[in-house]
Amino acid sequence: MVTNSKIGTMEQSTDREIRSLDSVCVNESGLEHRWYHNIKYLVVGVLFGIVFVKAEVISWFRIQEMFRLQSFHMYGIIGSAVVVGIVSVWAIKKFNIKTIYGEPIVFSAKKFNKGQIYGGLLFGSGWGLTGACPGPLFAQIGTGATVVIVVLLSAIAGTWVYGNLREKLPH
Amino acid sequence: MTEFLARPWPWYIAGPLIGLTVPALLILGNKHFGISANLRHACAACFPANIPFFKYDYKKEIWNLFFVAGIFLGGVITAWLLSDPGPVVVDPRLVKELQGYGINDYSNMVPVQLYSWENLLSVKGVIMLIGGGFLVGFGSRYAGGCTSGHAIMGLSTLQWPSLLATLCFMTGGFIMANLILPFILS
Repeated sequence: MVTNSKIGTMEQSTDREIRSLDSVCVNESGLEHRWYHNIKYLVVGVLFGIVFVKAEVISWFRIQEMFRLQSFHMYGIIGSAVVVGIVSVWAIKKFNIKTIYGEPIVFSAKKFNKGQIYGGLLFGSGWGLTGACPGPLFAQIGTGATVVIVVLLSAIAGTWVYGNLREKLPH
Repeated sequence: MTEFLARPWPWYIAGPLIGLTVPALLILGNKHFGISANLRHACAACFPANIPFFKYDYKKEIWNLFFVAGIFLGGVITAWLLSDPGPVVVDPRLVKELQGYGINDYSNMVPVQLYSWENLLSVKGVIMLIGGGFLVGFGSRYAGGCTSGHAIMGLSTLQWPSLLATLCFMTGGFIMANLILPFILS
């Protein structure tokens, strides 16, 4: 479904596997838009960020509670989010719902690789330490916890080191 | 109305709203929910250093940077207009455990006794803030996604590799929070 020539050459120059390995880097839309079309994602992000803070998903204490099985709160949030996600994706496929630009909605399959195990365990331990996955980091900074900027920069550094060592790591 | 909004929201309101992000991004432009990819885009934009993993057209993914800018603004708006004056209420067992490490300030979403610029100079601060952040960034990219990409988007599309990744996230978190963190904090 890649219609953009720029992406096409990019996949040749690196490799297709890099993108397909990555669950989140696939941008299937072939349309070119002016930058202000991105404002709608900013709006969704604002609403999402408000929910994150108000439901205390960004709270270090709440995450510690979750990993000690002391509260149902976080399990309820993730569980009900997944149920709503599953029903929505089912409805999109069933009724062949298109994007607001009339493009068909495309899903890409995730392939198994050992990174999901090793990386998953490492990510989980980081989550248990900082009490934040990448989304809440941005919201925490927004609420005024400025020292979290250091956590975010460190996460970017971690991503960079992974990218650098990628060929040497088991996948 | 604002008083109601200012109280902490229950899971059955927040969870479905978070789940709706999945169809919202798909319908607005075929975008797949996934936040940790932004860390990669930041590397690709700022320090690609000729590493193949960072040589791609990050400008194509700029929507996602708008999305996280929105999350940041959501945090600003909530702290400004919808902030709850009360402390974060957690399970008494956790309160008791944290009391033992000298953590008893629940006025903020993050424990201010750990999350401060001064604390950055302590061993505890370096391990938790710098070490923890590094693990989040390294691990999420190694796993090919984080809580949003795997646990929410991946499970919503019924992909078993995402289920496996989610189980590993939880396992890593359980081990860290119960077995390792107590040593770091005490």
